[in-house]
Amino acid sequence: MTFEIILQAIVSGLLTGLIYALIAAGLSLIFGLMNIVNFAHGEHLMVSMFSSFWLWSLLGLDPLVSIPITVLLMALCGVLTHYLLIRYILKAKMLIQICATFGLSIFIRALAQFLWTPDFRTVDKPLLEGRIEAAGVFIGQPQLFASVVCLLAFVMLYLFVTKTETGLALQATAQDREAAEILGIPSNRMFAIGWAIGLGCVGVAGGMMTNYFFIFTDVGVNFALFAFVAVALGGFGSIIGCLYAGIIIGLVESLGGLLIDPSFKLLYVFAIYLLVVIYKPQGLFGRY
Amino acid sequence: MKILSVENLSKSFGGIHANRDISFDISAGEILGIIGPNGAGKSTLFDLITGYTKADSGKILFNDNNIFGMRPDKISNLGIGRTFQKLKPFADLTLLENVMIGSFAKESNIKNARDKALEIIDFVDLIEKRHHFARELSTGQRKRLELARAMAIEPKLLLMDEVTGGVDQKTIPGLVDLILKMKAAGVTIATIEHNINIIMEISDDILALDQGQRIAYGKPEEIQKNDRVIDAYLGTVDVA
Amino acid sequence: MENTLNTARLEPVWHTNRRIMLLLAALALFLVIFPLFGPNSFYLHLMIMIFMYAVMAQSWNVIAGLSGQISLGHGLFFGIGAYTSSFLFVEYGVTPWIGIFIGMFFSAVIAVLIGIPMLRLSGHYFAIATLLIGISFQLVFQRWEWVGAASGLWIPLTEESSWLALQFHDSKVPYYYVFLAFFIISYFFVWRLSLSKIGFRLRAVRDDYQAASSLGIDVSKYKIIAYAISAIVMAPMGSLFAQYILIVDPDRMFNLEISILVLLMTVLGGIGNIWGPLIGVAILIPISEYSRIYLGGTGGAVDLIFYGLILMLICIFRPAGLISLFPKHILERKKQR
Repeated sequence: MTFEIILQAIVSGLLTGLIYALIAAGLSLIFGLMNIVNFAHGEHLMVSMFSSFWLWSLLGLDPLVSIPITVLLMALCGVLTHYLLIRYILKAKMLIQICATFGLSIFIRALAQFLWTPDFRTVDKPLLEGRIEAAGVFIGQPQLFASVVCLLAFVMLYLFVTKTETGLALQATAQDREAAEILGIPSNRMFAIGWAIGLGCVGVAGGMMTNYFFIFTDVGVNFALFAFVAVALGGFGSIIGCLYAGIIIGLVESLGGLLIDPSFKLLYVFAIYLLVVIYKPQGLFGRY
Repeated sequence: MKILSVENLSKSFGGIHANRDISFDISAGEILGIIGPNGAGKSTLFDLITGYTKADSGKILFNDNNIFGMRPDKISNLGIGRTFQKLKPFADLTLLENVMIGSFAKESNIKNARDKALEIIDFVDLIEKRHHFARELSTGQRKRLELARAMAIEPKLLLMDEVTGGVDQKTIPGLVDLILKMKAAGVTIATIEHNINIIMEISDDILALDQGQRIAYGKPEEIQKNDRVIDAYLGTVDVA
Repeated sequence: MENTLNTARLEPVWHTNRRIMLLLAALALFLVIFPLFGPNSFYLHLMIMIFMYAVMAQSWNVIAGLSGQISLGHGLFFGIGAYTSSFLFVEYGVTPWIGIFIGMFFSAVIAVLIGIPMLRLSGHYFAIATLLIGISFQLVFQRWEWVGAASGLWIPLTEESSWLALQFHDSKVPYYYVFLAFFIISYFFVWRLSLSKIGFRLRAVRDDYQAASSLGIDVSKYKIIAYAISAIVMAPMGSLFAQYILIVDPDRMFNLEISILVLLMTVLGGIGNIWGPLIGVAILIPISEYSRIYLGGTGGAVDLIFYGLILMLICIFRPAGLISLFPKHILERKKQR
């Protein structure tokens, strides 16, 4: 095993890690805001990939070009999710909240299977193709570009949450719903915004992934599981924590696959989840 | 005979001293009243004694057993019962079931546990409500529920956190009578109280806290005359 | 006051009221004589599936309804039961009757081993962890050569039907009675459990774990007990189902859909109520089996669309489940006690 191979694994782990991080950030934002875990997060990712795919196959829009449309569609999807489902279960027991979003995930995935069959699809000849070589390491261009965009989206998300008025209102609602209401911040609208942004993040990730990943109805499952792990690792509700956690997971996945056995990639990541939640339930990086 | 003795108990949360070098004793059969303004560390003190929060340092002896750092259920099994300031009834169970869960601490037979629970419910004057779900009860009734539930474990020492707080004026005399009835039944009691008249009336000893520290400890008459207590707490209340 | 207390004493200790008892007795009688009417094999199959899922959903109800923990990977114990009895039969010729009990034992051991570290986790963390563990088991069994990896284990056919080998080739009636027996035993067991000291304490832990520990209840211990009991109730269904279809493979036995279904059925019927799972199962299984017939191969996805939708609607409109639609005086023990 040469140094190059390990370096290659590290680089690709880092690149996927950034994608995980962005998906997890959406999940974490929603959780931090209203204490609800979106068990349909993976299905939302799948929907965003399909949206990007259909925009390409029906309208001929390259995934790169259609990203803004995908993000907007996902944001709309988030608002709808809030107003049609989440709004009604805000005060319900946690058990019911989990069942509701779990139900949503079953519904979306089955509907997608019904409408689009479980076939694997890819986008032919996207604008971004091929790979570049640096220091003996190959990097796929779409992957590299995706990671850069994810990082950018991350920075924007962070600035939005910490610097803008809406972002601060979101934080206030996350900390104390009633107090925020008294200050004139309508919590219901804040929740809808939170869902829009959370799924918007997923839209960015999904749109970028369409360039180089298979598009199929179960695609979201593993990504969602990794996102759960990232959120727990980073500390539920922490956005910056997701960034580190996503990268850690990406690295564990690719290095574990390289050094031990690639067919058990999932298990390494799960092991990390269990170790962290059992020994450091507040996550590795605390809240915010 | 000392049933509980606490020595130099301290706890800080991120640099803020919630409790600092608190020492006191409770003798068997007595009522110890604990007073102090909001945030004085009274509820924290209960959490430390019953194991819900781990103290930083100090000694807690209960019947000469060191209970420092023990789990709450172990401490309960040794014979310390408690109620919670923020009430914690088992909301989806009936009053009777709530109290039965308490009596299961000493009694495994379901019929006996039930009879014992009924007796205690009768003792706290809620027998008519025994089949009501805890969530349907009023605040005053839920306070009685918590008392009944804690009594059902047959505690040697009962810690009561603001039994008369947040209930309407009419029910207060009943609750006070209940406390005295429990004392008469042989239960040792430590009670946190905001109502200064009640505390003066029922306590054998009083512990006054302010900002996590003990500012006075002694008989009610002494406390009433203590300058620091008057400054910190009594000054704002009309002591009749 | 003394009078009230005396009347209170005379009230019977917890039992379901007489009308319900009669109803249940009639139902049990009907189920026992049902095969005498000579139903065709589809109806027998339907009933067998109802019994099986009723027990599985009840198993989930023990952990979720009694102790308040949400397990999203509960199919795990179904798989363990199926694999244990089948493996013992295939490799060593051990009769499934013994295999069932060894499967229950293994499930309980695995539940305890998982439970010790994990049940300290609460709420979302536990739910996610169970989801991950359920998937991990499927992954491991798909690649574990010793138990046949992805192709699984084929249970060798006996020459003729045999009670010892628990295989019946010409009629579903014996299977019907075996499943019925396990169904009745499981429900009776869970019913007694819910009214025992353990049952009371579990509900205390579910409603408020801090208050529970102030009453001397070791919260972690009781959560682990609930998890293990739940596993014990689930495992025999895996073993019996393996005998019923005579094949055991990771995709069937550790299918995530099992975990989804048991959750859905329980929540639909009424979580935390012993009859909830049965109601959910009695509604969903016929729908699912009929849709499989009339919609054919694509039935699977249509089922799931429907399931997901119901789950959401129930959570929004009837979080206490369909059982809460029944008139109160029939169900509540309040006045009769």
